Amino acid sequence: MTLREARRGRRVRIVAIADDTCRAQCVRFGIGEGTVIDSAETLPLGPVLVRHRRQELCLGRRLAGRIRVEEVGG
Amino acid sequence: MSATATCHSRRSAAAAEAPAGARRIVLAGNPNVGKSLFFNAFTGLYVDVSNFPGTTVSVSSGRMGDDVVLDTPGIYGVASFNDEETVARDIVMEADVIVNVVDAVHLDRDLFLTQQIIDMGIPVVVALNMLDEAEAQGVLVDAEALSRALGVPVVPTVAPRRQGFDDVRSAVDRAVPGVSDPALQARLTGLLDRVGTRADALLVLEGDPCVSERHGVDATGRRDEIYTDRRRRVNAVVDQVVTQPHRGLDLRTRLGHALMRPLTGIPVLALTLYLMYEIIGVFVAGTVVGFTEGTVMQGYVEPFLRSAIAQVTGTSGVVYELLAGEFGVVTMTLTYVFGLLLPLVVAFYLLLSTLEDSGYLPRIAALSDRLMTTIGLNGRAIVPIILGFGCITMATITTRILGNERERRIATALMAFAIPCSAQLGVIIALASAAGGAVAVAYAAIMVFIFGLIGRVMAKSLPGTSTDLFIDLPPLRLPRPLNVLLKTWHKTVMFLREVIVYFAAGALILSVLRLSGVLEWLQRALTPLTVGWLELPAQASTAFVMGFVRRDFGAAGLYELGLDGTQILVALVTITLFVPCIASVLVITKERGKLFTVFTWLGSVGLAFGVGGVVAKLAGAL
Repeated sequence: MTLREARRGRRVRIVAIADDTCRAQCVRFGIGEGTVIDSAETLPLGPVLVRHRRQELCLGRRLAGRIRVEEVGG
Repeated sequence: MSATATCHSRRSAAAAEAPAGARRIVLAGNPNVGKSLFFNAFTGLYVDVSNFPGTTVSVSSGRMGDDVVLDTPGIYGVASFNDEETVARDIVMEADVIVNVVDAVHLDRDLFLTQQIIDMGIPVVVALNMLDEAEAQGVLVDAEALSRALGVPVVPTVAPRRQGFDDVRSAVDRAVPGVSDPALQARLTGLLDRVGTRADALLVLEGDPCVSERHGVDATGRRDEIYTDRRRRVNAVVDQVVTQPHRGLDLRTRLGHALMRPLTGIPVLALTLYLMYEIIGVFVAGTVVGFTEGTVMQGYVEPFLRSAIAQVTGTSGVVYELLAGEFGVVTMTLTYVFGLLLPLVVAFYLLLSTLEDSGYLPRIAALSDRLMTTIGLNGRAIVPIILGFGCITMATITTRILGNERERRIATALMAFAIPCSAQLGVIIALASAAGGAVAVAYAAIMVFIFGLIGRVMAKSLPGTSTDLFIDLPPLRLPRPLNVLLKTWHKTVMFLREVIVYFAAGALILSVLRLSGVLEWLQRALTPLTVGWLELPAQASTAFVMGFVRRDFGAAGLYELGLDGTQILVALVTITLFVPCIASVLVITKERGKLFTVFTWLGSVGLAFGVGGVVAKLAGAL
């Protein structure tokens, strides 16, 4: 599934980021392919909110649709 | 995702002024880590702020002893992803010593930049800031272990209390390049004979298009590999030196989320906008400007200037008209810039800086992102559009924060066409409330519809694609007054410096139009349109001609005509859609070019009379 389909408050593991610039910017924030992020949710009317180690990022829905993730337990 | 910013080949002006033998000490760090507090403490009062042409980015420089200290915009890494980075990149690359301020709470994020600077081979001192906040959140950082792991001096600091500042200052002499990756350094060494420095070599290897172009070498696509490896090294360091508990979301984070969820976020936004309107639109644009423009400028300054100029030129000649007549280059420019714009600009930047400092702006961007994508923009564009309700002129300048030229065009056009500025809003609200609730609702509905329509049409017809939102959300916090005041001061000075020439030019053009009789001719030529098509009184054409000059002049002219409800609706719709004021036209030309301005200007004349007439005919039929 993609990041934009992540359900509110779930932990997900990043599998692949299809956009080059986005991948580089994510790595700076500590989010790379294989990283488990603390939570992700799609805001109503808004973008996808991602939380990783006290750092929050907002990614537009289209961009989030290009990031493949998998849910992790817990 | 923001597009790659243009390559600024110029070097920072401030850096070039460094006297021989002086070191260039550069403050670098992520956004919102307290860099400016260090800068202010190190340099004292005598600070030079230079704006980088074509950007909203400014760089401050000052002196610390014999050395030059430069502050840079907050960045997460050295590259060319946006204007801030392009500007900061060049200053960082020319540094003799870097004081890297890092946020102890977000060390894994901040150390990416630190490690990149270390990989560039530039001597660094790390100021480990916000230790108090980290402690409050249960995050413990071992500064000595961090210093050993990075191989550079690490000084614990708490910037608001100036704790550790002296230690940072003395540590500058002990700055060293730090521990990099041997394999990476070997590759950089291989490039040195072609590009000169390790910093340049690293950026070429990381595929930075600007730096590669500068050296005439192909950008190699090693960025992914180097970034991933650097991230691995940073994570290893963080694991060694940071102990952090796993905790649930604190109140501040939850509050931040509430601001982005429609159910709670929209009411808060509505309240914020209402307060902004009360402060800028009612208090400053009305009361304060009434005093500065009416009492001070027109009451004292203009008569004084007129008599002074008259003593030299006499009062009858063309020269007097040009300098001190109705649209005199001296009188009108000074009155507009200092009487009208100055109070508005100051109020504007005070509010904007407060919002910026509090961390609310990115949350508004998140809240509105989805809606904005339907008109070819992303959430970031909400900032210039909100500002447009205050003053289109300034808001047009802030479109520079948008991801690409396509988005800047859409946002600029939306503001020029469909957003009434604060100067107009006062008169519009007064007229609409006189006409009753139905007219006010109809007016608002028509304007929202037109706004959406223009956005949709432009999003469909302009080539290219708009960028996606990618923003980080800084923690919410109370704005710091000193920071807000300093920002306001710097931005105001810069704004005035930029616009004053344009105002003088505008005044000159108007004077020529009036003296040559073109202005009067226009007024007469418009009459069939106003009476026949819009079904307004003949005198309304004066309002439109004045609307070319200032939008509120136009609206104010309507106030005295004694219009009925339908006529008020028609007049309000027409005057809102009508051309932006001279100041805006000049700034739009500067930002978007002549062709775009001509298109917007003619388009808004057509749209204003077109929609106004349709409303008049429809209302007549109902």
